[in-house]
Amino acid sequence: MPESMKGYSDLGEEDRRRIEMTGLQTESLEGRSGSFLQVDEHIHHAQTDSKGIEILALSDALEKYTWLEDYYWKAVPRDKDEITQYIAAREPKGYVLIARKGSQTTFPLQTCLFLAKDDIQYVHNIIIAEEGAELHLIAGCASSMKTKKGAHYGVTEIYVGKDAKVTSTMIHTWGESIEVYPRSVTVIEERGIFLSNYVCMVPAKKVQMYPTAELRGEGAVARFSSIILATPGSYLDTGSRAILSAKGATAELITRAITTGGTIISRGHILGSVKDTKGHIECRALILKDGTIHAIPEIEGRVVDCELSHEAAVGKIARDEIEYLMARGLSEDEATATIIRGFLDVKISGLPESLQTQIDAAIDAAEKGF
Amino acid sequence: MLIIEDLHVEVEGREVLHDINLTINEGETHVLMGPNGSGKTTLLRAIMGFGSSRITEGSLIYKDHDITHVPIHERARLGIGLLFQRPPTVSGLKLGKLLAVTSGGDSERIDEYARHMNMDTFLERDINKGFSGGEIKRSEVLQLMIQKPDLVMLDEPESGVDLENMSLVGNAIAALVEKDQHIINRKKSGLIITHTGYILDYIDADFGHVMCDGTFKCHGNPREILKMVQSKGYKECIACQRV
Repeated sequence: MPESMKGYSDLGEEDRRRIEMTGLQTESLEGRSGSFLQVDEHIHHAQTDSKGIEILALSDALEKYTWLEDYYWKAVPRDKDEITQYIAAREPKGYVLIARKGSQTTFPLQTCLFLAKDDIQYVHNIIIAEEGAELHLIAGCASSMKTKKGAHYGVTEIYVGKDAKVTSTMIHTWGESIEVYPRSVTVIEERGIFLSNYVCMVPAKKVQMYPTAELRGEGAVARFSSIILATPGSYLDTGSRAILSAKGATAELITRAITTGGTIISRGHILGSVKDTKGHIECRALILKDGTIHAIPEIEGRVVDCELSHEAAVGKIARDEIEYLMARGLSEDEATATIIRGFLDVKISGLPESLQTQIDAAIDAAEKGF
Repeated sequence: MLIIEDLHVEVEGREVLHDINLTINEGETHVLMGPNGSGKTTLLRAIMGFGSSRITEGSLIYKDHDITHVPIHERARLGIGLLFQRPPTVSGLKLGKLLAVTSGGDSERIDEYARHMNMDTFLERDINKGFSGGEIKRSEVLQLMIQKPDLVMLDEPESGVDLENMSLVGNAIAALVEKDQHIINRKKSGLIITHTGYILDYIDADFGHVMCDGTFKCHGNPREILKMVQSKGYKECIACQRV
């Protein structure tokens, strides 16, 4: 194992497999442009060999760059709730990722937050993509099988500069007894593009998150895609919000949710506060076994010339679709799995193939449980 | 190949087919005609095994197997295939993906047949989503070409197909029921619902049946039946007392 991957070797085989389920590599950095690993509060490594990209521990970054004060707790307020207050009251942990003006990563950069102890893990991350920069991120969050009772508190502040593009793909592999409270806000400048993909296909006791995108620059674009499976005992209160506060800003919030007995609250909110803005919320859900899916799409327009829409549907797999595939020779179970796979197929334009592969792998792994 | 005996079928609790008897031998192609709502589609769906077409009496014997209560996919695996008149859209499922599953991953054959049916640009599209009437039929024929059924059931294969593509679809269907083979060598059988009879320009069907009000009114030469229907309409059949 190379020096750069230090930290993964300290983890057991089983823990490494859990991390790999989130799409991360634990053996080598091949096909990655950088890596960050934090286990509980301990930062094992933060490194990248990409030109114009820098990743460092938050504490180091705050010492090194005084200008970081302009970003630190500026998108997410310190006193927002008890989660942010908890993090603000402690020694800074987490990473700062800076993509300098015009820089591009060919390969995604991977960050891993791993929870090994029976306690609260907290983290504060700041991602800055300067003008024209392009950054792809795979953020894997996982917990050890040994962790019986733990929680993850996280703050993420993302700044997408003028003409910059940030793709964040987050795959969660928590445990049945873990509670997770991410707090995230993304600020997008002129013509900046922010694509966020969230995949949660394994059980978690509770996830509560409502990431927000503030589209402050003209022509800014935000797209949130979420693929969520709630197994029995899981309570997933998730959503996304877009504040369209500049001309030509557009946002799309797309969710595919499935319950096999757990609870999903699928929230969505788009606020159009200036002219010539567009937003759409789409939530489609399947109830495979008795559970709860509560879709709460909200669209709020305040001026003429803002176009907002939403569609939400909760249902079951159509019998005629199953029979159609059975007439082609697929068994009922095969037909059902094939239809679910299609249901979850939310292809995202502009997503690097390697990231789509990770999403597909997470779905494939979960599909066995349908 | 298929023996239908005293078949009674219910749809939503109402009997739609009464006392149907029909034998289709190996190598024979049968044509089913009749006014809208007479039960033709219900018969095909009952043979395929759809839950909504519930068999209450009688039996279906296919290649010496009693398939009256066998699940759909087992009938398909035994060699029964159906071209749907209006198949459902399956969001997210690519046509190419389904063909890969049903062909056992034979991508060469898929590409060849897809090109033949002018469907090669549809392989990466969600199945039936936004397809025109003719595209649906070409996609259905393509699926059957891959599936290679022994009993080919077609529910109005020509509806929605433009003139340019009619010969493509017609000839492909003729090949499915081995009309390109000498009579003695034909192993495949067909059961085809047609309203217009256009398909008869490509397939010399062996037998014709007229269905009215859920039962057969008459059996005979398909061309003769078509000619009569074209000139006098089904009202003649309904008035006709001979059953």
